[in-house]
Amino acid sequence: MKILVCVSQAPDTTSRIAFTEGGKVFESSGVQYIVNPYDEWYALVRGIELKESLGGSVTTVTVGSAACDPVIRKALAIGADDAVRLDVDPTDAMQVASLIAGYATDKGFDLILCGKETIDHNGSIVPAMVAEMMDWPFIALASKLEVNGRVASVQRESAGGTESVEVSLPLVLSAAKGMAEQRIPNMRGIMSARSKPLLVESGQAEPATEVQEFTLPPPKGACKIIPAEQAEELIRLLREEAKVI
Amino acid sequence: MSVLAIVSLKNGQPTKGGLEAASYAAAYAKSLGTDAVALISGSIDGDGGLGATGVQRVLVHAGGITDSSQWAKLGAAAGLEIGADATVISHDHFGRAVGPRMAVRIGAGMVSGVTALPKSGLVRKNVFSGKAMADVAVKQAKAVYSVTPNAFGIASDGGVATTESFDAEVGAVREQVVSFHAASEDGQVPLPEADLVVSAGRGLKGPENWGIVEDLAQALGATTACSRPVSDIGWRPHHEHVGQTGITIRPNLYIAAGISGAIQHLAGVNQSKVIVVINTDPEAPFFKAADYGIVGDAFEVLPRLTAAVRALNS
Ligand SMILES: Cc1cc2nc3c(=O)[nH]c(=O)nc-3n(C[C@H](O)[C@H](O)[C@H](O)COP(=O)(O)OP(=O)(O)OC[C@H]3O[C@@H](n4cnc5c(N)ncnc54)[C@H](O)[C@@H]3O)c2cc1C
Ligand SMILES: Nc1ncnc2c1ncn2[C@@H]1O[C@H](COP(=O)(O)O)[C@@H](O)[C@H]1O
Repeated sequence: MKILVCVSQAPDTTSRIAFTEGGKVFESSGVQYIVNPYDEWYALVRGIELKESLGGSVTTVTVGSAACDPVIRKALAIGADDAVRLDVDPTDAMQVASLIAGYATDKGFDLILCGKETIDHNGSIVPAMVAEMMDWPFIALASKLEVNGRVASVQRESAGGTESVEVSLPLVLSAAKGMAEQRIPNMRGIMSARSKPLLVESGQAEPATEVQEFTLPPPKGACKIIPAEQAEELIRLLREEAKVI
Repeated sequence: MSVLAIVSLKNGQPTKGGLEAASYAAAYAKSLGTDAVALISGSIDGDGGLGATGVQRVLVHAGGITDSSQWAKLGAAAGLEIGADATVISHDHFGRAVGPRMAVRIGAGMVSGVTALPKSGLVRKNVFSGKAMADVAVKQAKAVYSVTPNAFGIASDGGVATTESFDAEVGAVREQVVSFHAASEDGQVPLPEADLVVSAGRGLKGPENWGIVEDLAQALGATTACSRPVSDIGWRPHHEHVGQTGITIRPNLYIAAGISGAIQHLAGVNQSKVIVVINTDPEAPFFKAADYGIVGDAFEVLPRLTAAVRALNS
């Protein structure tokens, strides 16, 4: 099983969100970057588990500048065999997908595993774009993946429950909660990650969209505190003031 | 130029996300002075309620397809047929698979999870898990938009749409749906679609205490949710976990009892219209994100709220 995992970096969830240059650019100074949680906890770990049970290899691919290298080393420490970085600082999903599909074409991968979405742009676009560019089947929001020969059994979130889907390989999917349990890299993993191959390739692709401006939501009005002994008053307010029930 | 809405069906009816996409497409078409057309695959009764959303025509593909690649081909053909520059779809598992595929197929720019109609060439979406908003420009002639659940609402003041059959070459099936398991047997609205949500965390002390949470949810007609530790330790099923690593929801009302309001929890719920927090600790961070708060013991407050709702309803 030859597996490619798409790994992006994302600002740590506790980061302060601010913008510069008239709201055009995310203020990254002082921000700690992490592996995008869906990529790390779910896509990467499931890829490594499949390799452990079926044999094969796990390669990670990241579209980004050298600033992504620490995050890529973390993915190697968790257990990927090697990594590729496509050296473009992306601004849009179409651009990322073209570069990933361009890299993956004709490399003989059986599976391309992505996270459900990046937690900064919240796109959930790249994975299906890669699938279309490769002309492979695709499953979004997968919570389980088993592989039997050339058929994958996948579960996905769907309106009101989960659906079981059978899909032929090669396959692209985006991974959501349930797919795997988070793995903490051990000392041996961290040491060996330093010497695993991280290939850097240049590339070029055009974005199809552009963020004109980021804005922060208006500050939330003060919370109205209702005394516990008058809990019933809350229900009246929800009906008459907030009009939500 | 017209606007195409791609609408998925469930049990012979448009899904909630599908009706929201149709409503968005109709409102956008109206702002442009043009028509909106819906595309479905499968069969519906009459216009399936799509006319009410403001859509004028429904293209009916008889195949009942679910494969994302087939859908992208069908959507692209329908867009070509009606001369659509904009395509609208739901931002759920269906739209996240079909929307980007179609964008690639027709060379469109895609903006996902939009929360308002495009205006002066820009469309708004939430980013950083609801901590910021972005106004995005599409640089291609064609655009695909996926609509955030509960952000736009379902219009019901339109008329009746005409239906016509539509066919296109969609290629082979590679993704085969074999079964469906409902998330809850008790008829609750699924969490991502729920308008009202009652949620609880570690402050409830143990799974045996969830009766008071379920009672309030039942009285309100709400769906239950929980914080991550609660589903991790198995007090509640995994599908109830909301937050950064669970489900993102956007109900009209989110009631949180015994949840501290960690940033990773807020990431999944802070787009709710009204947030109510019940916590014994007046310093709990959740109060900063709340509209209404009760500093008090959930074991006393929840039953009183349930009684008040029942009194109101009777
Ligand atoms: C990368 C990452 C991702 C994460 N993703 C998620 C996620 O998706 N969702 C999520 O929820 N968490 C997530 N977490 C965990 C998160 O940081 C918090 O640990 C978690 O949300 C806390 O759950 P809690 O509020 O139920 O429990 P606690 O933090 O233990 O809070 C319990 C609260 O109950 C109150 N309380 C106690 N007794 C009562 C009573 N009788 N009545 C009323 N109130 C009472 C306490 O004052 C306290 O505020 C994530 C963490 C990390 C690091
Ligand atoms: N720059 C990137 N490099 C590698 N993979 C990416 C990148 N951006 C997004 N992805 C993958 O695509 C998934 C969805 O991203 P998005 O569509 O941006 O929300 C992520 O979880 C990653 O698996």
